[in-house]
Amino acid sequence: MAAIQVIRSEWTKIRSVASTVWTLSLAVVVTLALGMLISALSRNEFGTMPARDRISFDPTYVSFAGMALGQLAMIVFGVLVVSNEYSSGMIRTSLAAVPQRGAFLFSKVAVATGLALAVGMATSFAAFFLGQAMLGSLSTSLGEPGVLRAVVGGGLYMTLIAMFSMGVAVMLRSPMLSLGILMPFFFIISNILGNVSATKKIGQYLPDQAGSRILRVLPRVGEDTPYGPWGGLGIMVLWVAAALAGGYALLKRRDA
Amino acid sequence: MIELEGLTKRYGDKLAVDGLTFTVRPGTVTGFLGPNGAGKSTTMRMILGLDHPTSGDVRIDGRHYDRLRDPLTAIGALLDAKAVHGGRSARNHLLCLAQSNGIPDGRVEEVLDTVGLTSVARKKAKGFSLGMSQRLGIAGALLGDPRILMFDEPVNGLDPEGIHWIRSLMQSLAAQGRTVFVSSHLMSEMALTAEHLVVIGQGRLLADTSMADFIEQNSRSYVRVRSPQREQLLDVLHGAGITVVEAGGGLLEIDGGKAEHIGELAARHHVVLHELSPRQSSLEEAFMRLTAESVEYHAHADPAEREWAAGWKTEV
Repeated sequence: MAAIQVIRSEWTKIRSVASTVWTLSLAVVVTLALGMLISALSRNEFGTMPARDRISFDPTYVSFAGMALGQLAMIVFGVLVVSNEYSSGMIRTSLAAVPQRGAFLFSKVAVATGLALAVGMATSFAAFFLGQAMLGSLSTSLGEPGVLRAVVGGGLYMTLIAMFSMGVAVMLRSPMLSLGILMPFFFIISNILGNVSATKKIGQYLPDQAGSRILRVLPRVGEDTPYGPWGGLGIMVLWVAAALAGGYALLKRRDA
Repeated sequence: MIELEGLTKRYGDKLAVDGLTFTVRPGTVTGFLGPNGAGKSTTMRMILGLDHPTSGDVRIDGRHYDRLRDPLTAIGALLDAKAVHGGRSARNHLLCLAQSNGIPDGRVEEVLDTVGLTSVARKKAKGFSLGMSQRLGIAGALLGDPRILMFDEPVNGLDPEGIHWIRSLMQSLAAQGRTVFVSSHLMSEMALTAEHLVVIGQGRLLADTSMADFIEQNSRSYVRVRSPQREQLLDVLHGAGITVVEAGGGLLEIDGGKAEHIGELAARHHVVLHELSPRQSSLEEAFMRLTAESVEYHAHADPAEREWAAGWKTEV
C-alpha cells in the first residue's frame, strides 16, 4: 500500500462532497467581508478613539477581524472531513480498503490540511489587502516590520484550527458532538478564559488564544504574555499534535 | 481461502462470537447461516480487520488482513450497502476505493457496467434505492477482481429480479474458482445458492458441512403409507416390531423404515396399500431440528437465550 495511493484516494473523497466547497467558501467570505466591514468602521471611528487605543492601533490585526468568525467555518470543515466517514458508515468501507489505520488517518489529514493551508493563506492575504484598502490613510504595508509575519501567521492559524478540529473529530466521531463542543468553545468560552484576569494565566495557553498572538503586529498595551508570536503558534502546534495523536491512538484501538 | 481459528469476540460480558474455527474454501459458494444476532456480521467484520478479536485468529490466504498489500485485490466485501457517503456519486465512491488500492481508474466503469449502474454513475448515492445501493456495494466488492468475495445478507430488501441476479452472480464467481462466502438467516435462500454450509448460533459453530451432508445428517427420512385396511396394517407393522407414527388424514409414517421392506410385509399379509413412499423432511425442518438440539444443549441457560431460540423458529 503506497502512501501516494491513499493520498490520491483521499483527494478524490474530499473534492467529491459538497461540504468541502461550502465550508471553505464560507470561511473565505466571512473572513473577508467582516474584515472589510470592521476596517471601514475603524477608519471612521479613529478620530474619536481614546489616545491609548490610537497609539496601539494595529491595522494588520484590524483587517483580520473576520477571522474570529471565519475560523468557525474552518472548524466545520475540519470536523466534517473526518466525521462524514462515521456518520455515513463509510468508515468501514474505507478501513477495509486501507487497513493500515495510521496511513488512512494521516493521508486524510494531510490532504485536508493542504487544502486548508491553500485556502487559509489566500484568505489571510486577501483579508489583509482588502482591509488595508478600507483603512485608507491608516493602512500599513507588507514591507513594514512584523506585518508579513502576521499575514503568513494568519494563514497558518486558519490551517491549525482546522487540523485541531480534525483531531477532535477523530476522537469523538459524531459531527454534532464535535461541533457542539468546538464551536462554543472557540467562539465564547476560550475568549472569556483568555481575557478574564482570574483565568488569564491558564486561558492564554488555549490553542486559539496562544495561536492568535501571531495575528498582531504590535502586542496589546499592557500585555505580558510569556510567549511571542511564534512561541504562541508553537503552543497551538502542540495542541494540534496532541489532538491528532489522541485521535490516532483511539482509531488504532477501536472497532470500526 | 479464509481460515478462522478459535475466533472470539466479547462485548462486555456478552460473547458475540465464541471460538469459531472453520475454513472457507475456493470454488464453491459457502453459506454462513444463523439467526439475526448469531454473530455473523461480527465475524465478517473481524475477517476484514474492522473489529479486533478478543482472542483467536483469522487469515486471508494465510495472511492477516492488515498485512495484505492492496486488500481489495485479494478480498472484496459487501457488509452494509448503506455504508456510503450519500453526497458522493457512485462513480466517485468507486474511484476513491480504486485509487486507494492502485486499481486502474478504468476498472470503475467496468464494474458499474457489470452491476448495471452505468446510467446513474454520476448520481449521488443518497438517492439510491436499497437495491441500487446493494449493486453499488457489490461493484465495490468486485472492483479489485479479488479471488475471495464476502457478502453479508446480500438479498435483503431486493426484489425478485435482484435476488435472481445476485444468486447467479455468486454461482458464476464460484464457478470461476473464487471463494464466495455469503451470510443469510434464511435456510431456503442458502439451499438455492450454497454448496457448503457453516451454521452458527449464539456465536458458536453448529455445523460445518456440505449442503448434501447437512440435509442427510439433519433431515428425517421416513416412509409414508396409506391403506384402506388401516387396522390390519397397524397389526402387521406392530407384529414386526416397527414403530408407527399417525400423521392424520389416515396417513402413517414410519421413521427410518425402508419402503421395500414395508411393501413386502404388507403383500405377505394381503394388506392393500394406496400409497407407499419414501420421504425426507424439508430443509427448513432440518434446520429447525439442528436448532432444537442447540436449544436443548442450552436448556439450563438464562431466559434470554430461550427467547433467542424462539426467535429462530419464527424467522425460518
